[in-house]
Amino acid sequence: MNNPDPSATLTFLATLGGAMVLKAMAISPAVDLFNPDWVSLLLIYWCIALPERFGVFTGWLVGLLIDVLAGQLLGQNALIHALICYFCVKEHRRLRQFPLAQQCLFVLFCLLASRSIVFGIESMKATAHHLPPSFWYPVLSGTLLWPAVFLLLRKIRVLARIN
Amino acid sequence: MLVAVIAALALIVTDIRTPHLHAVRAALSLVVYPLQLLASFPADTVKSFSETVISYSELQQENHRLRQDQLVNDARLLKLDALEKENIRLRVLLENSFQLGEQVLVAELVSVKLEPYAHTVLVNKGARFGVHPQQPVLDAHGIVGQVVRALPSSSEVMMITDPNHAIPVEVNRNGLRTIAFGTGQANRLHLPFLAKNADIVPGDLLVTSGLGGVFPAGYPVAVVDKFETRPDKSFANIYATPKANLETSREFLIVWSDSAPVVLGEKPAAKPNADQDKPQDKPQDSPQDKPHEQP
Repeated sequence: MNNPDPSATLTFLATLGGAMVLKAMAISPAVDLFNPDWVSLLLIYWCIALPERFGVFTGWLVGLLIDVLAGQLLGQNALIHALICYFCVKEHRRLRQFPLAQQCLFVLFCLLASRSIVFGIESMKATAHHLPPSFWYPVLSGTLLWPAVFLLLRKIRVLARIN
Repeated sequence: MLVAVIAALALIVTDIRTPHLHAVRAALSLVVYPLQLLASFPADTVKSFSETVISYSELQQENHRLRQDQLVNDARLLKLDALEKENIRLRVLLENSFQLGEQVLVAELVSVKLEPYAHTVLVNKGARFGVHPQQPVLDAHGIVGQVVRALPSSSEVMMITDPNHAIPVEVNRNGLRTIAFGTGQANRLHLPFLAKNADIVPGDLLVTSGLGGVFPAGYPVAVVDKFETRPDKSFANIYATPKANLETSREFLIVWSDSAPVVLGEKPAAKPNADQDKPQDKPQDSPQDKPHEQP
């Protein structure tokens, strides 16, 4: 923290912008059902890679932006992303040692937990029985895409020389 | 960590209970809006590209067809004018009040996915154009939904098929009133509150009833396509298909409906103003209407 590296922040913001665009992009109804939560994947990566720079507060702020982006209840994604960042920062030493397959399990847990929170909030609106099974698809697709996201972001981080 | 969770929970509760956080959302939306425009760029490009490479003969055909439509619509409008006058005259006889026409603003869809399970879309006109929540939104064929949030440069429109949405409707044929709920499925509305012996058949047009004060009366909403009864239920299960092209429309009309009635009877001179969309004419007129309101 005492050595703020602007390139890390810039890279983070650039990748965050990309993830938000991907999250908001509408390609076709069939593909959109599987559009994973790119921002969660991104936060998981950066919290594991640079836990001393990005943490709960970053997640909270990003979550607030996502709430506005997705037109959801303000604070919903802030809560979810703060929780995800908390677990990632707390377990980052162990997570770094995990093979990719085991990391996928952790990602599955994170995405499932975040989707469950959304489910809980939606069921307060008494519409949960209307939620189709496709509500849970992004959890699966996100887990399956994690290795690709991980390798891509690591490539970007190495190219930007961020340690 | 605890601070973040508590802050987030506080935000959620505040956002549910009060409208105070709207300013925060409006400010943040200015940060997010460029990203949304960027995200809608590929879909919009594909659309504009397919419009650019349309062939000359197709354009000619379309032009021809549009001109014919225009002619037919003009003729209909002529008749509508006469009908509207007649309607006002008849309502004078009934001592009933007549509602003014509406003003509209054309808004374009921003091809952005909000939440797949909620049928909410983003349009490119916001509070800067005077859009406010609860405004009805139409397309050329019928009711699309209503504005739920007006951000500075965009607004969120909840469609009538959203599971959280309900719209008061009446059967055009006989004036039977009920409520149509969104189902969360595309192009499906559900009417759960009609008895088994209700006079409604597949093919009936549902129009807005004007109750509730959000949607102006008389706009087409949906066509009934399924009527089924089950012996163990006292209510019929009725499904309807929205008239509006919810999936494919890109231009929507945001409507300002004037709920203040036009003056009747005493001042025949005021009547021609009725169809000219002049909101400033009404405030002086409306007080004199009060006696007519009682049936």
